[in-house]
Amino acid sequence: MSDIKKIKDEFLSKLNGNLDLNQINEIKSELFGKNGLISSQFKKLGSVAESDRKIFASDLNTVKEELQSKILQKIQDIETKEINQKLEKEKLDITLPERPFVQGKIHPVSQVIDEISSIFSEIGFSVEEGPDVENEYNNFTALNTPDNHPARDMHDTFYLDNKKELLLRTHTSPVQIRTMLKEKPPFKIIAPGRTYRSDSDQTHAPMFHQVEGLHIDKNINMGHLKGCLDYFIKEFFEVDKIKMRFRPSHFPFTEPSAEVDIGYEIKDGKIIIGEGDKWLEILGCGMVHPNVLKNVKIDPKKYQGYAFGIGIDRLAMLKYGINDLRAFFECDYRWLNHFGFDPLDVPTNYRGLSR
Amino acid sequence: MKITSNWLKEHLDTQFTENQIINKLTDIGLEVESVETQSSESDSFLIAKILKTEKHPDADRLKVCDVDIGAKEPVKVVCGAPNATEGLITIYAPPGAVIPKNQMKLVISKIRGVTSHGMLCSESELNLSNESDGITELSNKKYGNKIGKNYFTKSSLKVIDISITPNRADCLGVKGLARDLAAAGSGKLKIKKKEKLIQKNKQKINIKIAKEKNQGCNTFGSCLITGVKNTESPKWLKEKIFSLGQKPISAIVDITNYVMFDLNRPLHAYDADKIDKGIVVRNSKKGEKFKALDNKEYVLENEMCVISDNTGILGLGGIIGGTRSGTELETKNVLIEAAYFSPRSIRKTSKALNIDTDAKFRFERGIDPLSSEEGLQRAAELIKKICGGEVSKFDVQKIENNKKKIVKFEIASFEKITGFSIEPKEMIKILGNLGFEIKKDKKSLILKVPSWRPDIEQEIDIIEELVRIHGYDKIKIIEPKKNRTKPTLNNKQRLFHFLQRSLASKGFFETITWSFTDSKINKLFLENNKEINIINPISSDLNVLRNSIFSNLIIHINKNLDRGFKDISLFEIGPIFSGSKPGQQETVVCGLRAGKISRLNWLEKDRLVDVFDVKQDVVKSLVEAGFNQNKLYIDDKTPSYYHPGKSGRIFLNKDKEKVVAYFGEIHPHIIKKIDIKTESLAGFEIFLDNIKQTKKTLNDQKTLYKYSDYQKSERDFAFVLNKNFHVQELIEIISKIDQNLIRAVKVFDVYEGENIPEGKKSIALNVTIQSSEKTLKDEDLDRINQLIISTVEEKIGAKIRS
Repeated sequence: MSDIKKIKDEFLSKLNGNLDLNQINEIKSELFGKNGLISSQFKKLGSVAESDRKIFASDLNTVKEELQSKILQKIQDIETKEINQKLEKEKLDITLPERPFVQGKIHPVSQVIDEISSIFSEIGFSVEEGPDVENEYNNFTALNTPDNHPARDMHDTFYLDNKKELLLRTHTSPVQIRTMLKEKPPFKIIAPGRTYRSDSDQTHAPMFHQVEGLHIDKNINMGHLKGCLDYFIKEFFEVDKIKMRFRPSHFPFTEPSAEVDIGYEIKDGKIIIGEGDKWLEILGCGMVHPNVLKNVKIDPKKYQGYAFGIGIDRLAMLKYGINDLRAFFECDYRWLNHFGFDPLDVPTNYRGLSR
Repeated sequence: MKITSNWLKEHLDTQFTENQIINKLTDIGLEVESVETQSSESDSFLIAKILKTEKHPDADRLKVCDVDIGAKEPVKVVCGAPNATEGLITIYAPPGAVIPKNQMKLVISKIRGVTSHGMLCSESELNLSNESDGITELSNKKYGNKIGKNYFTKSSLKVIDISITPNRADCLGVKGLARDLAAAGSGKLKIKKKEKLIQKNKQKINIKIAKEKNQGCNTFGSCLITGVKNTESPKWLKEKIFSLGQKPISAIVDITNYVMFDLNRPLHAYDADKIDKGIVVRNSKKGEKFKALDNKEYVLENEMCVISDNTGILGLGGIIGGTRSGTELETKNVLIEAAYFSPRSIRKTSKALNIDTDAKFRFERGIDPLSSEEGLQRAAELIKKICGGEVSKFDVQKIENNKKKIVKFEIASFEKITGFSIEPKEMIKILGNLGFEIKKDKKSLILKVPSWRPDIEQEIDIIEELVRIHGYDKIKIIEPKKNRTKPTLNNKQRLFHFLQRSLASKGFFETITWSFTDSKINKLFLENNKEINIINPISSDLNVLRNSIFSNLIIHINKNLDRGFKDISLFEIGPIFSGSKPGQQETVVCGLRAGKISRLNWLEKDRLVDVFDVKQDVVKSLVEAGFNQNKLYIDDKTPSYYHPGKSGRIFLNKDKEKVVAYFGEIHPHIIKKIDIKTESLAGFEIFLDNIKQTKKTLNDQKTLYKYSDYQKSERDFAFVLNKNFHVQELIEIISKIDQNLIRAVKVFDVYEGENIPEGKKSIALNVTIQSSEKTLKDEDLDRINQLIISTVEEKIGAKIRS
């Protein structure tokens, strides 16, 4: 009895001292090793009188557990202390810069093309394309702009041959012709792309971007045209209300033709699209001219519809506050970084067009 | 087309304000582009008299003038005009006034030390004419008693500039504009009464239109006015000419111009005494020459419509007159011409000779072929009034009759096109006001088209007239339906958009550059292709279509280096051209990296951009786009603009059908030639049209999902092989030894140098071996090891390195 108590008291007091891991392990084997003090006590168990054996065993077990748990705790304390000391040494200046990365950028024109495609996709338009080099027929004649038509003078055309039969397309409208010749009505397409005019100053670039729209079916009228563009403009500028004005105009390939103005105002030097009292021309449109339909072998008595052409660069300028058209094509790293979009910013209907 | 509202009101009886008229013009398709000079601004210009001039103390050419502006005290104005002399009556602009020509606001300022209160203006500064030598001189008689009064009567300077679309020739005259406004409810068209002219004599000069093939003239009206006294135009006429932005010349010339702008009826005035016998309108013969009123001599081609006499050519009909028969102040007898020339002939001739005149502009668009007499009448009235003289009878020669067109218009077609309807009564009213003669059927209108509307030919033109005048705002919006029956993008378009964003996600900035470029730089990337010239380039350094995007990217990399950037990655996705026919183009993604990776970084050691960076860009993009990396096949045949030892080309598989991409460092020659100041330049080209896409979806392409949980083993090998042998082949040989067991082969070291014979390289590989059926035993692994070593030695004679 007293032996056990003695061992307990002696070793508890020992363990309360300032010990390192080795000393603790020594104590551990002193107590629980093969011939350790506690182990020896267990060996005695057989020789204890039967009447006392139960109590002896119970006391011995209690002391054993007490000492074991004390040792375990002591070891944990030391380990914790050691880890803490190590962590203290490892502390870094976490404000140092991370590993370098470069954020790539999508050009605003590409972003706006994606926005436009996304909007028109929602109302059933699909995307068509055509070549940048066109023949004179598709670019002009088929579009009801014969050789002697003064409207040709309004397009400063780049030519690739002296006969003026091959040219860089001056608008995306020849895609209408190609599409209608290739397939059968109905048609519901947009055609974004590069266009060219030999004109270069502050507000004109020799290359720019247009998106053509064409919707031909049995009963498509000017109300559909107005509805389509009203929807597009609201979606594009992400506003609920917009002042829009249809103004009669003339294009050889549409009749009646219209130019569309939207309302704007200037606040703190920035253009605000929507409700202002000034007008800004943003696109041309109209009902596809019967002569054009005849040229692509479509009976204008059976089919009719509208077409429109929008300047993409100009839309990008208006939406994103870009002043200078020429800068789009100058590839200035600073400009691309400032006005470019993160590649993960894919315009979609469900996530929203822009952030 | 420039008009003033006063001029308009000569033809239009209206209660509308100027602003209402301006809005209405735009609403009916006659777009007002600008309204120049506000009346509030022109209020400040005063009639003034120079009382005294003194030489400026510090400047020889300047004078200090005391100017009477109607105030108590004269003001001091510094002026440099040589004609600023005592007693001159001129126009004075006070401080605060805005000079119309340059929109500068005047302030009181010191000129060489002498304070000037305002300015004396030249005609050019006030946009009155192009006269800029000296200040305006006003006549004492007219203005002597108006010192201090406003020079400009209100609104006389308010010029409305209207952009007339090419179909509306009739609106190139003030009367036509008034007619449209009247039809749109903005007033009533005034019908001018003919003044009674006494026309006793016949027109004595013989006129003949030659009957020839492709004769450009079908009507030639004329009138001879004898005994005139040509003079300076009266003020009302001068002001009208000024408002058109033109300079008055003499009464006769000004009158012909005035009638042209008033009625859209171009006229020409000849000095009748200079006409050698009669006039013949005929086709020119190649080589004929004449000197035109623009003081240039023109050499003509065949079949240009000329007005000629016995001596030769007098003028190009409808385009420009000649100097030989031009009117002068001394002219006594005038022949006025009012002819009709066909638009096609006018356009052909003026384009060939590159002449643009107001008359040509109108004839080209098509004037009213029945307006000869109206024009002659108006001109004769005015000449008689201003210059006196005897007016002959009008002579009108015709070789064909101009018949009015008939258009049948189904009333229901209006609603079919516009989506809304208007009452037939309203239609008849609008068309009647526009000058149509109308017969009504049950369901249609039979319309006789007014002779001044060459643009109206078919039903759709009538619908346009009706909806335009009735108002586009009446068109009702029909909301679009949100349904989609076709996919928005096809597979190729999806790949385009995918690769575009894939490249940008690798740190590249997307650029858009011209489709044309500088032939000098294009040549460096031309290879065996033909150069495609632009016949009329915008400048000599943008004279060819690009055969590669590299030319433009390199130019712009260079400009960015000049801006002080060092590490730049740019790409463009767009067309390159192989010929000048439609379709001879393909879509390319082209990227360039310049400079270093991790420049000035505390964590990473910096290094130059190299071929394996751009190889990663291409391979990763292709893998992201869904192509199998293990199938890509690479060899080293590349165009000459790449570094021959540090470039490669990629095929989607070993069949090597089409090159899908090139990558590599740019050839040092090119870097030297273009003088690019960068440490390193590497790029790539991915050819979208060469990427064969399966019709299978990505989902369909995937094999069944299988995996093995048996133990994986890794073994390392080092082989010594010929330096020129491609590691790609080595990996393929090893992979094929047992495709069920060999799961991966990685290259972890490449070594040349000490201990390795000349012309050889050591490749260290790590091979992953795993079975999907069992845990491999040591003897299985040893067997595979031996097989790898023996196969490689046997097939390519490479030695295992011990």
